[in-house]
Amino acid sequence: MKSLSEIETISKRASRAKGFSWGTSEEIGKCIRLLELFSLPGLKNLSQYLKNYDQNNFKQLKLIAKNNNSDGKYHCPISTGVSFLDQIKILEKNNTIEFNKIAYPLLFLPFVSRASETLGKRILIKIDEKEFILNFNQSIFSNYSKNEIWENANNISINIMENANLFNNNEWNEMTKFEKETFVDESEELKEKSAGAGLTDND
Amino acid sequence: MEVELRSPKEIMKLSRLGCFHQSKLSFLRSFLEEFKDWKYSRDLFELDKKGFGRAVYSFSKNNRTYSLVCFANEIEDEERSDRVIATKWDAAFALHDGIPLKEDIERLCENVPKQEVGRLSYKELTLSRANRSVRLFNEVVESLSNGRQPDKKILLKVGYLYRTTAVYGSGKFGLADRFRIKNRSEIKGPFRLEMMLVYLVRQFTFDQINHIAKNKNPKNFVELDKEIAKGLGIGNSTGLGMAPFIVNHPTLLNNWVQSRENILKKIREIEIVKEGEFKIFYDCLIKSIYNVENWNTDSKFQQSKIKQLLEDLNKTINYLNTVDKKQKHLFNVIYKWIETEVCEECLEYVVSMFMEPFDKIVKEFINEMSADEDKHFTIPSQRSVIQLRDILENHYSELLKLDFNKKENNHNFWFISKNKEEPRIANRFKMNGSELEQPLAIARDIKKLYERVIVSKNSQTIAEFLIENDNLRHVVRRAFIIEKFPYSEILDNTIGEKLMPIDMLRLKLSFFGAVKFDPRSDKWLRICMFQGAPLANQLKNFDDKWIYDSLN
Repeated sequence: MKSLSEIETISKRASRAKGFSWGTSEEIGKCIRLLELFSLPGLKNLSQYLKNYDQNNFKQLKLIAKNNNSDGKYHCPISTGVSFLDQIKILEKNNTIEFNKIAYPLLFLPFVSRASETLGKRILIKIDEKEFILNFNQSIFSNYSKNEIWENANNISINIMENANLFNNNEWNEMTKFEKETFVDESEELKEKSAGAGLTDND
Repeated sequence: MEVELRSPKEIMKLSRLGCFHQSKLSFLRSFLEEFKDWKYSRDLFELDKKGFGRAVYSFSKNNRTYSLVCFANEIEDEERSDRVIATKWDAAFALHDGIPLKEDIERLCENVPKQEVGRLSYKELTLSRANRSVRLFNEVVESLSNGRQPDKKILLKVGYLYRTTAVYGSGKFGLADRFRIKNRSEIKGPFRLEMMLVYLVRQFTFDQINHIAKNKNPKNFVELDKEIAKGLGIGNSTGLGMAPFIVNHPTLLNNWVQSRENILKKIREIEIVKEGEFKIFYDCLIKSIYNVENWNTDSKFQQSKIKQLLEDLNKTINYLNTVDKKQKHLFNVIYKWIETEVCEECLEYVVSMFMEPFDKIVKEFINEMSADEDKHFTIPSQRSVIQLRDILENHYSELLKLDFNKKENNHNFWFISKNKEEPRIANRFKMNGSELEQPLAIARDIKKLYERVIVSKNSQTIAEFLIENDNLRHVVRRAFIIEKFPYSEILDNTIGEKLMPIDMLRLKLSFFGAVKFDPRSDKWLRICMFQGAPLANQLKNFDDKWIYDSLN
């Protein structure tokens, strides 16, 4: 079994060999490590992407907009990912960001995961019919678990989720009732003698 | 009185970093402190009469066990090489997480002796190999088998029976990634498990030599005297592999140096120095001179540094004999004196010695010396170009003065060799391969970044700046790291003609706690570790100033 450290190093060096700058190669190394940590086939997809890198002539996307469409070529997942991460603070004001074509979309995913950490907000990303919830770069929940090369995605929608609880007030109140069962009912004597501070704060 | 931290511009120069010495903060000393109440045992010792076979040593406490699995092999003299490019060694070792099962030992037997071309698993934490110091090893066997203790003078000259040539950890060759174990309290300090491996290897060398001597002459042999054994350490040959490490781990480098600087500041700020505290410092300094006098090297460069160090240490001792010990802020007074009166080598030596009386101050920082590089990896791209410019001007001002159009400043390039996948350095104007240069020319790339920054709009965000300057992304990241971690960067030219790569190695090795730096060229050196340290079964109760007692 290869360690994550080996995976990061080889991904960085292989990307550099294909002409990426050292800084971007470092980003790729970290991102592939993340995918593998979260049980997604990062190295497999990067390998195929790098093999096709010279021929496919992916569309480089340097400035991310609310809607990002390409008429012909698929967007490069790396340049799109790096730009997305760099520009996330500006993009935050758009609740939804859309792309119509991204090649090797799994390679784009860890950049969005890191953006979730930068923002301190969960991000829901739909890639064709697959959904991924990116939890502050701590974990990825999804309905996708295939160990395969995913070459192209046609519809990508990113939704920056507002920080909110998943439960309602009634559910919270129910829990409060349970919690109170661990507390002691105070007699008058207990009220007087067991508090650390005084009973009045007006002196 | 508040003392200012020493400036990174002064400390992070290579010539200064190359003068660092071991101290109470060093990893091998803090390792012994941490593991002194762990149970040590030798769990397996299956060597043949010639000393070849396998052995297992362990440290355990509560439900945790770390086991060193050793394999001693027969090799021909001509196969024995100090270089990392060797393929066979006298012994090979892996530190296993837990108690190894029989099948683990068989798996390790297949892989550990092969080192870089073998595969380890997430159950192993560190990996190493070592060669005998042949002449000394044979002499000691000869003495012991004939019922005599070996000549201390000869032992002292070398200082060890075996030397390692590499110690790997953190995910190399399939070893466990750091994230698997980083929350264990006993390994909060950096390189704890590498230190454990080296320490247990040292014990193996004593057991093996006793075993060989006994089998050679069962009637007359004597065991190596424990006091003599204590005076022996483990050697290490270290080449350029270590140099990129400190460039590639900026926050870790910061935490090492900043801890040292914070401790110095706190000591200088002590208003009333107790008599006993001064005495500990003074006694350690006096005792340590014996180690300096027995610091052997053929390197003219190091010889001249040692000569100057000895002269200046004697000068310092004369000064200490006359200084008023009752005056306030005594250590600050001493510091002010050495700052102007002695060479850099001596200055940093005395700074290390300052720590000896102050357990409480030092302990506070030992667990601060690890780092999570990933936490600071993402570039804060919402920041502005003017902010980046300020950082560059504030932190890298000396580097910005360098002219990289001059050949002497742009002389070398760092690369990874194809055959051994190890870092190397070469003259870019004479050798091939500079197009595959590694990103270790930080000074040059920072200068390039600055030249781009000053022609960019101040209000531009870093995200916008990076769109047109992706080739400088790696140094933009570093600039935002140095802003938070001022000692994270070597503030010197790592590709200049006058570069001494061993300064970079020396920096790292001093934090390990190595002594007797012996440069074999400007690119590799030999050192000694754990010389004078208590033996594994003496850890319950030992003097933590042991480093000044080696073979005294």
